[in-house]
Amino acid sequence: MAHDDHHHDHAEGSQLSDTALRVRALESLLIEKGYVDPAALDALIETYETKVGPRNGARVVARAWCDADFRKWLLDDATAAIASLGHTGRQGEHMVAVENTPEVHNMVVCTLCSCYPWPVLGLPPVWYKSAPYRSRAVIDPRGVLDEFGVTIDEAREVRVWDSTAEVRYLVVPMRPEGTDGWSEDELARLVTRDSMIGTGVALDPADLDAAGS
Amino acid sequence: MFREPWEAQAFAMAVELHARGAFTWPEWAHALSREIAAAGARDSGEDYYLHWLAALEKLVTEKSLASARELSERKDQWDRAARATPHGEPIVLGREAES
Repeated sequence: MAHDDHHHDHAEGSQLSDTALRVRALESLLIEKGYVDPAALDALIETYETKVGPRNGARVVARAWCDADFRKWLLDDATAAIASLGHTGRQGEHMVAVENTPEVHNMVVCTLCSCYPWPVLGLPPVWYKSAPYRSRAVIDPRGVLDEFGVTIDEAREVRVWDSTAEVRYLVVPMRPEGTDGWSEDELARLVTRDSMIGTGVALDPADLDAAGS
Repeated sequence: MFREPWEAQAFAMAVELHARGAFTWPEWAHALSREIAAAGARDSGEDYYLHWLAALEKLVTEKSLASARELSERKDQWDRAARATPHGEPIVLGREAES
């Protein structure tokens, strides 16, 4: 949000970009007609800028790693299990959790647009919305994973889940070795956004030290 | 996340209209998919919120929440108001240049 949306005109006045004008036109009309409430719009923007993000999903994954009952619940009914940790809301109404195992690696795409589990991951990164990812994830998932620096053993199956307007997927990455006895908070630091989309894996404890965090 | 204020505003309007029942989420996903499909295979994802805005404008007119003519007239009003506003001051609808 660093940019101001108006620029200095050579005359005395201000100038709004064509896009900014379209948005102002739409917003002012919808407010006038009572279809949206400006306070609700502000609250929504604040929520998505500050409160919703992949840290939420990381907590879900860390809980599943620590708590066998929660893990089972998450795999049986992800919507309810995730809601029990307080992560509810738009685009999380019907969640499905898919677990990575030594036999299977899961990855998620939305081939048609950009469906994404907002309550646990926030809003999607640019590459998730790009045409190359949307088309290639299905045709050549191993090639795409390779570009993300993830090599999946030939013997391991790669499953690609195509999100829809109704169903959103959360990948539960494999718990890294060497994390026995770690607390949920510590474990959550190993869970990256990409590991929950399936274009990455959970960090190794050594990576955490290297990152100095 | 949002690179410019208008992206956040466009995002919030669609989410809020849906929450208030102006359209269903499948209807929204269909409208957005249509714009994204039209952008073709070279779409980098950078223009995502432009697709989002175009989908929103179309759905708003299809659902008769506002007409295309209203949107276009209102856009012209904002343009005139901006040009009549010295740089740095808030732009208020209805302000017209003194001539």
